[in-house]
Amino acid sequence: MTPWDPEKDVVQVDRGPEPGGVGAIYRVFGETLRGLRTTFGRVIEGPVTVEYPEEKTPVYPRFRGRHKLHRFEDTELEKCVGCSLCAAACPAKCIRVVAAENTPEHQVSAGERYAEVYEINMARCIFCGYCEVACPFDAITMGNDYELADYSRSDLIFTKEMLLADPPEATPLRREGE
Amino acid sequence: MESTLVMVVKSIVIFAFILQIVPLILLLERKLLGRFQSRIGPNRVGPKGLMQPLADVFKLLSKESSSPDTAVPWMMAIAPVISIFTAVATLAIIPFGPFNAWGGEFGLYGIDVSIGLLYFFAFGSLGFYGLVLGGWASGSKYSFLGAMRAAAQLISYEVALGLSLLGVAMTAGSLSLVDIVEAQDGMWYVVPQFVGFCIFMVAGFAETARAPFDLPEGDAEIVGGYNTEYGGMRFGSFFMAEYIEVIVISGIAAACFLGGWHGPGPVALAPLWMMLKLMAGVLFFIWIRASLPRLRYDQLMSFGWKVLLPLATLNVLVTAFVLVAT
Repeated sequence: MTPWDPEKDVVQVDRGPEPGGVGAIYRVFGETLRGLRTTFGRVIEGPVTVEYPEEKTPVYPRFRGRHKLHRFEDTELEKCVGCSLCAAACPAKCIRVVAAENTPEHQVSAGERYAEVYEINMARCIFCGYCEVACPFDAITMGNDYELADYSRSDLIFTKEMLLADPPEATPLRREGE
Repeated sequence: MESTLVMVVKSIVIFAFILQIVPLILLLERKLLGRFQSRIGPNRVGPKGLMQPLADVFKLLSKESSSPDTAVPWMMAIAPVISIFTAVATLAIIPFGPFNAWGGEFGLYGIDVSIGLLYFFAFGSLGFYGLVLGGWASGSKYSFLGAMRAAAQLISYEVALGLSLLGVAMTAGSLSLVDIVEAQDGMWYVVPQFVGFCIFMVAGFAETARAPFDLPEGDAEIVGGYNTEYGGMRFGSFFMAEYIEVIVISGIAAACFLGGWHGPGPVALAPLWMMLKLMAGVLFFIWIRASLPRLRYDQLMSFGWKVLLPLATLNVLVTAFVLVAT
């Protein structure tokens, strides 16, 4: 390793031309034309606006939006067995599960117990996806819908029925390579 | 000579014409600014956003006209009037066609004053009184700063503006805009007076107090400047006066440099050509507004005094030498 040589330790600084003078007028003229060309280029390119309520930006499949609860497709039984692992994993403490026993007359889920109450407070949810990871039966997954705005806080507590049903409006998915 | 009736009708037509064209330019500006910034622009009110200016005006009309305790209310009230009056008055001399263009004993201009350009300068400078008075009478700091800037800008640019048109007046041998346009039958003055044209456009931007010379407004640093304390249709009047000024400057530029009503086709098409050139000027104003940032205060002053004024004087001298020599 060579010792430090102050002569060679030079920081390269690119300075603009000195302000003022006849050259400045010339430069101002040129730069003005360059600016005009830049803005005109935007006109030719056309607008990039996504007119949101009418057209939605497609999301990636991994996008974590509104939760979904699932049923078995063949037996129509709920996958959720009310184990409350999701509620335990939730860092925002926004999931409330009250479990109840399945009976032969009233078989709701595939296991011994089912979730009598399953509520997610969407006002608190941080959409981290830990509930999805914690669930041993893949009963809860994160969907792709992000339009969750509502008029009151109580409307933002999503019940089991809401989470089991399909979302009212599907969010477009981003296609491969888009 | 025109009869009084013709003059009255012409003044009504001109006034109606401005009132119709200002909202159009307003919409055009907002739409175009959007395009220049990769946006769409207003498109919610009416089909394609065509009713946007109407919505703007209704909004302004429904607002309260308030004034601060420190204001001088009557001065505050007349300031926008001065602004809009001077702007409209200047429009009277912009020629849209020669005498007898559409048959009949009238010319397609408000009035052909023999001191045309002086008239334009006079009302252009008076227009600044609106800004200065409005800013001062508002009795607030930012308005006052805006007013001071307007005054400083006026003296920095008015001289260069005058000198830039002096070359045209000397070449045409007249101050009347109609005579000046008629003198451009062979060649538009933008060719021999190119430097004058550039100076006029720059000084014209300063005259209209629009970007990049919108220092009296300066929304970023002095919160709207002279119109900070204005609301409702008083603000709307200032706004409208600004757009009429844009039309006026574009019109004067078209008449003095771009050949006015001259163009191919019969003489009856004269107003069409004039309108086209005027609108090209307005488009240029919008384009510049979308492209250039606001100048710093000292840059504005030094540009006016150290660059534009010597250049304009030189232009006048060279023009005079060439005229005497040929």
